[in-house]
Amino acid sequence: MATDFINSVKNAEPTQEFRAPVIVVKDLHKTFGTHKVLNGINLSVDRGETVAVLGRSGTGKSVLLRLIIGLEMPDSGSILINGKNIAGLEIDRMSEIRKRMGFLFQHAALYDSLTVAENVAFPLEHHRRKMIRSERCDRVKQLLAEVGMQDNLDKMPSDISGGMQKRVGLARALALDPEILLLDEPTAGLDPISSGEIDELILKLQHERRMASIVVTHDLHSAKAIANSLALLNQGNVVIEGTFEDLQKSNIEFVEEFLKQS
Amino acid sequence: MIQQGIIATETLNSPIPIRQGDVVSSFMKPITSLIGGSFEWFGSLGIFCWKVLRAAVTPPYEWRELIRQFDEVGSKSFPLIALAGAAIGVVISMEARYSLTRFGAKSMFPATLVYSVIQVMGPILTGLIVSGRVGAGMGAELASMKVSEQIDAIEASAINPYRLLAATRILACILMLPLLTLAADAFGLMTGWFAQTLVEPLSFHQFIDAGFHGATFSAFLPQTFKTAVYGLIIGTIACFQGMRTRGGAEGVGRAATNSVVIASLFVILADVVLVKFILVAFP
Repeated sequence: MATDFINSVKNAEPTQEFRAPVIVVKDLHKTFGTHKVLNGINLSVDRGETVAVLGRSGTGKSVLLRLIIGLEMPDSGSILINGKNIAGLEIDRMSEIRKRMGFLFQHAALYDSLTVAENVAFPLEHHRRKMIRSERCDRVKQLLAEVGMQDNLDKMPSDISGGMQKRVGLARALALDPEILLLDEPTAGLDPISSGEIDELILKLQHERRMASIVVTHDLHSAKAIANSLALLNQGNVVIEGTFEDLQKSNIEFVEEFLKQS
Repeated sequence: MIQQGIIATETLNSPIPIRQGDVVSSFMKPITSLIGGSFEWFGSLGIFCWKVLRAAVTPPYEWRELIRQFDEVGSKSFPLIALAGAAIGVVISMEARYSLTRFGAKSMFPATLVYSVIQVMGPILTGLIVSGRVGAGMGAELASMKVSEQIDAIEASAINPYRLLAATRILACILMLPLLTLAADAFGLMTGWFAQTLVEPLSFHQFIDAGFHGATFSAFLPQTFKTAVYGLIIGTIACFQGMRTRGGAEGVGRAATNSVVIASLFVILADVVLVKFILVAFP
């Protein structure tokens, strides 16, 4: 059932109106101390497209997402969001761009002093100040219902499982109706059933909202299920970008090794 | 064979030649790293202050968080400050009565108590207690948020963490410290008077009259309002240490400890400078 849904959504090609690059990363470099993490990376994501970024640990996958949302500054290169270079923007100007982005952290990063509902309401309280209380409550319930967490409104993050925390994190990321969704290891540390549920949820949201998404993951099975294209990183660079079939056809030694080990 | 063994033993026993340059460099290394670390720390603090200042003066303003911080810093510190102020009032009362009686200046008791509590003990006591309670709390809270990526999540939600977390806390400390000082002074004076009354009856009216006789506002106000500077120091150091934390639970503990130690030290140093400044500016 879940597989049928995944296949039907994945096979639905993005329509022409959605075909516009929303995220363009050009020749991006990032070094921490003496360790060069990203070495001139290039990537482009269209509206309605999901790109999965794969690679070994420490190859800069999460750093790439943190650079795109402006939590880290690149050493050089550019990050274009809807054609506007955001590299080096100061915090308040960057905030305007971030309102159109949703970010799911690897460990969900829920505010531990707030309930599940308050976590999801947090961006709304700050950016939809004219929204009345009852309207906000309805919106929070609707978002939590979308991720299947409508029965856990008053629970604290410490009282729910890792998979449930990721669902709440996803609801919070969607609160401002973003056009860009960045997901950092959405299925890491989850059992296969929970991972499958999260994958299905991401696909459903993509199908409904047509966001430009980048998913960082180690899980090739998950990447294959949710992404339109896959980018494989090695030593700070994209080794190959294409569909899963393109990766399978590749003669590059690293790609063959990666697929074999996965 | 034996000769080779002797040579080897001699080589081992002979002192290793130590060059003068090695001694100097091993001695200088910690000093240079300490100086370098201090410059780095003050530089980062300067950048942090600039970011907080810019965030604080530009909208949107985080009124709700500011009110919550007034409660955290002010209301929740009040019982501790009141208790400490009361205790210090009793101690000063007992010490002053004993000393003044010995020197035949018992009539100076009310003024001595008033000046000791309001000008000296109240402000510094409040500063040190708040730096302990609030500094550690803020440092640990923000550090915990930092290591669990909650501060990054705030930033990713298009909210400026310098405005939401730092500016509100620092402003609450600046505004609450003088009020808490007034509370410490009031409790100190009341318990000081009460301790005196137990030994030698003195009406509160007489005590206040004698204590504040000839005193002007300029004798007390600068001493009370200088604690706003302590608030600035405590809030800034705690937020800075918390928001730059790295490295899990150990980092959180280190941030809390450093917040208290550095804030307390700077409050005492600021007191030295402010006392001199007040003596010159309000003769």
